[in-house]
Amino acid sequence: MIPAAFEYVAPRSVAEAVALLRQHSYDAKVIAGGQSLIPMMRFRMAQPKVLVDIGRIPGLDYLREEDGYLRIGALVRHATMEHSPLIQERYPLLAATARVVADPLVRNLGTVAGSLVHADPAGDWAAAMMAARAQVVVAGPDGERVIGIDDFLVDTFTTALEPDELVVEVRVPIPGPRSGGDYQKIERKVGDFATAAVAVQVTLDEAGRCQQAGIGLCAVGPITLRAAAAEEALVGQPLDEATIRKAAALAAEAAQPTSDTRGSAEYKRDMVRVLTIRALRSAAARALKA
Amino acid sequence: MSATLTESPHRVLGQPIKRKEDPRFLTGQGRYLDDIKLPNMAYMAIVRSPYAHARIVSINKEPALAVPGVLAVITGEDLEKLGLAWMPTLNGDQQMVLAVGKVLFQYQEVAAVIATSREAAYDGAAAVEVEYDPLPVVVDPFKALEPDAPILREDRKEKSNHIWRWESGDKAATDKAFAEAEVVIKEKIRFPRVHPSPLEPCGCIADYNKTQNHLTLYVTSQAPHAYRTVLAMVTKLPEHQIRVISPDVGGGFGNKVPVYPGYVVAIVGSMLTGRPVKWVETRTENLASTHFARDYHMTVEIAATREGQVKALRVHTVADHGAFDAQAVPSKWPAGLFNICTGSYTFEAAHVVVDAVYTNKAPGGVAHRCSFRVTEASYLIERAMDILAHELKMDPAELRRKNLIPADKFPWKSPTGWVYDSGNYHHTLDYALNLIGYKELRKEQAEKRARGELMGIGISFFTEVVGAGPSKHFDILGIKMFDSAEIRVHPTGKAIVRLGTRHQGQGHETTYAQIVAEELGLSPDDVLVEEGDTDTAPYGLGTYASRSTPTSGAAAAMCARRIREKARKIAAYLLECGEHDLEWADGRFQVKGAPHQSVTMQQIAFAAYTNPPPGMEPGLEATYYYDPPNLTFPYGCYIAVVDIDKGTGEVKVRRFLAVDDCGTIINPMIVQGQVHGGLTEGFAIAFMQDIVFDENGNNLVTNFTEYMLPTAVETPRWETAHTVTPSPHHPLGAKGVGESPNVGSPAAFVNAVVDALSHLGVRHIDMPITREKVWRILRSAGIDE
Amino acid sequence: MGHRIAVTINGQRYEAEVEPRLLLVHFIREVAGLTGTHIGCDTTSCGACTVILNGKPIKSCTMFAVQADGSEIRTVEGLAQNGEFHPIQKAFWECHGLQCGYCTPGMLMAGVALLERNPNPTEDEVRRAISGNLCRCTGYQNIVKSILRAAEMMRGGAGVASGSPVGRGSPAQ
Repeated sequence: MIPAAFEYVAPRSVAEAVALLRQHSYDAKVIAGGQSLIPMMRFRMAQPKVLVDIGRIPGLDYLREEDGYLRIGALVRHATMEHSPLIQERYPLLAATARVVADPLVRNLGTVAGSLVHADPAGDWAAAMMAARAQVVVAGPDGERVIGIDDFLVDTFTTALEPDELVVEVRVPIPGPRSGGDYQKIERKVGDFATAAVAVQVTLDEAGRCQQAGIGLCAVGPITLRAAAAEEALVGQPLDEATIRKAAALAAEAAQPTSDTRGSAEYKRDMVRVLTIRALRSAAARALKA
Repeated sequence: MSATLTESPHRVLGQPIKRKEDPRFLTGQGRYLDDIKLPNMAYMAIVRSPYAHARIVSINKEPALAVPGVLAVITGEDLEKLGLAWMPTLNGDQQMVLAVGKVLFQYQEVAAVIATSREAAYDGAAAVEVEYDPLPVVVDPFKALEPDAPILREDRKEKSNHIWRWESGDKAATDKAFAEAEVVIKEKIRFPRVHPSPLEPCGCIADYNKTQNHLTLYVTSQAPHAYRTVLAMVTKLPEHQIRVISPDVGGGFGNKVPVYPGYVVAIVGSMLTGRPVKWVETRTENLASTHFARDYHMTVEIAATREGQVKALRVHTVADHGAFDAQAVPSKWPAGLFNICTGSYTFEAAHVVVDAVYTNKAPGGVAHRCSFRVTEASYLIERAMDILAHELKMDPAELRRKNLIPADKFPWKSPTGWVYDSGNYHHTLDYALNLIGYKELRKEQAEKRARGELMGIGISFFTEVVGAGPSKHFDILGIKMFDSAEIRVHPTGKAIVRLGTRHQGQGHETTYAQIVAEELGLSPDDVLVEEGDTDTAPYGLGTYASRSTPTSGAAAAMCARRIREKARKIAAYLLECGEHDLEWADGRFQVKGAPHQSVTMQQIAFAAYTNPPPGMEPGLEATYYYDPPNLTFPYGCYIAVVDIDKGTGEVKVRRFLAVDDCGTIINPMIVQGQVHGGLTEGFAIAFMQDIVFDENGNNLVTNFTEYMLPTAVETPRWETAHTVTPSPHHPLGAKGVGESPNVGSPAAFVNAVVDALSHLGVRHIDMPITREKVWRILRSAGIDE
Repeated sequence: MGHRIAVTINGQRYEAEVEPRLLLVHFIREVAGLTGTHIGCDTTSCGACTVILNGKPIKSCTMFAVQADGSEIRTVEGLAQNGEFHPIQKAFWECHGLQCGYCTPGMLMAGVALLERNPNPTEDEVRRAISGNLCRCTGYQNIVKSILRAAEMMRGGAGVASGSPVGRGSPAQ
């Protein structure tokens, strides 16, 4: 299928990109990896008049720890996350997520930041970043601002970005000692969007009690959801089976699934519970080893 | 004729020869439809209906005609003026080429835009304005039969959505057996609506030359000759002025048998614009408008004794055919060969009824990697046998052993009239059970069940019926289903073979070369196989329904033998002896008792052109039209082993063994590849695929993000093996194999899952077996993570 | 509206003025005339269009040609060198890793990219690496076998078969 015609611009700096967005406003669409946008354009579900390709802006593909954060530049691909020794060693949640985003070919082009900006409730990164309590760094005409992931994701396919703003970085707080995480996803086949998925990040105290917990729910609501009551139920508790099951039940309650070809609302809600149990078990095991 | 093959160093039959067609595919030099670009070529895009049932109030072409590059916009009204608004289907119905008056399914063809570029064609299609007035939609075939259902096909005399009823077998004998039966089981079983989805979509380039009144149609076709004849009938062009070329075809599986409306419109487009017109459908168009398969709602009953002896089979099916009865089946067999559903067992009586129904869905019912509804039949009986085993608390392998047709009863006449050619079923069953370690698996299952773990073993013992077919019974639109081969041996002893079939990955260029090489004592390297061009190939009905080896393979062998008979005369002349003094051995003619006195086919061929015997017509070529005396009946025993995740309901196929008996094997490597592929399609059907519609007739699975094709990760590892029971009537003893794995495997998967859950009282789950269906059973039985 | 772009495909430079909406796969097939790269869907699902872009396998139907300006691209046509098959081509031929041939170029490119990154993959790694490429004919089993066989050949393992694009019809091993 053939997209509708558009104009193409490839700015060489963030400032230039922001200026273009300011000029074209809602007529413009930013393209980075393009793995969600281009299929929508081929079906003419998206028909931007101007495509602003940020792929040629130098210096946006960094992935490093700095000032207490893992900093993920706007052009970091899913595959970069998947193959990064840093991610594999220190960020089991992100590593587990990177392995199940779309398929390996899509992962070579699609970007983490682009996935967040797309704000698909079935986006894997949004749930992972919610569990990891990430922040999104946004550049606009008045400089940069930092938005917490919960505030960044506003609604289905809608973020807090203004039309003249651009995500330049995603920041994940470096987990403390005794931290662990996991991403559990049910998909009908590789490359499918999740039927349901759960992201979990926990940190234990020296006594083995849960100090901090993050749980993000994917594909079970109009938007990525935080299972806040489940998180609260974990804090201060040892991550034994009873606690895990209690939290998992609360996570299932937090889900707002709808029925579709992937499954009924009832099934998806129960899968949130099962996946939360599995993710918490493995996150706890990793935290004890970390 | 029995399979008598020479044992010789030249023997090429049965060898795993690397495929001759592969080098071009491996280097990107395959030539598929979309790779062809003709000078001055225009492009076509089709406007399709967003509604499943609606009147067309108006179509405004003007905005499309205003798009730069658009050459023409064609509607149903335009075609009506040319007498081309409707075309015949392959099953005696008619189908709209472009909608006239109303649309009957979502994505139906409404208008076509021809433009100088692909971009302009799509821009033009987006600009066509169509006003619809929605009508009540009929999605459920059972509701379609209700008296107050809206009549969909106003063009028909019969004011009903019921298309036809087909009956087979003996009703009285069957009813009597049921009345007297000790045990009766009954179950409703649906075979979902699925789609062949070859990776290459359908398409064509229509190139009409007005001066010469000649049409060349390049088209993704499994049956180019049948296309030419249909096009001659539809377009009224003389058949010799039509050349159909089917270039390399990127998979077909039945999807590329029918003639689609897009082809007809492209031809009209070429006539109107004076340019070649290319139309390549999108994946959505392929999934939503080209032929689906199955969609059988079946009710099955078995009458049996308490000891497990089957007596009679009763089947009633409601078949959802969509908006037009366009399924591809032989005229005498409106439900295809579905009445093979007594399977591999010694039923004494059977009665089969099929009611076909119109609904607001895309037309179809193609042979999707199966010989005309055999997949439905095989799934039905193999599922029903397991239900009977469950009812009788018998091991499903034992129940089958008790009822399989004994080897000494072949040829076996089934209660619906089929004559099974050959089989050694008990041997194959025992071979498969031993190979997989059936007893050990049952023991493991019992131990696991005691620990609360869920494991299942599923058996399917299927009998296929392929190789359509004998001309007294089989035809497509009246054209008999023989097939053909033509061989020319060149002076230097190299040969070209042309056939009426058209491969789409089955390896014909190698398999047929092996057959001809074997028969003529040549190297397969020296035999070129050509198919797909109606101007050069002899007439044939094409490649589908596992018919190529049983029909054209036989034709190739018989054609080669015809050549050999002439060669014998030349050899006698060259060796200065009588014809009867010669024997064919080691791929050459030699004097009986004096093997050093011999001539090769190369020497004979050279003589045929340079030194023929006096009075003999020079040259060395022949044509053979093979009319099969019977169908062939490949069979097999498949066994699946599954484990179930109690938390999510996920089914993991741990092992899958396929023991096939397809008679003589020509190239074991190719046969194994065919089995792997068919099993994978069967796996997908069992667990993933169903074309789902909402209550408004909206198709919910119109691309590969919703219609699930398994990847390498989900696909199980396949174990394959063979027993060999040659067909007694095929010249080589071969039976055909391409579709057996797709016919036989769905029941094995489902039987395994049901087996894993049978202690919970489960005896049937409809396909596709999604995690959610299993999860519901688990939770209602109190089983959880 | 037109943008002048230049890409290198299989070592050869192609320059053209293109509409921004031209997909890379259409550039490769129609501007460069390399039709070995196929199209099988519209949703980035099937991988028939897989090429190697700057060292990484990608789906060329999900990139605009203008985005690829200045890139190095490898397609199936560039695999054989000097008339000699690449080991992965030999392996696919030997192990019957293809049937209709439509997914084959994409499979070959995904396979080559994997082996360049990981010369000794496990079966599971191979299956995951080609999980963005759909095949309807083979059930993947012989594709996986072919890629593992190619890995063996590329590592210089025993029993490396010789093969050339012109030799035909010899028995498979």
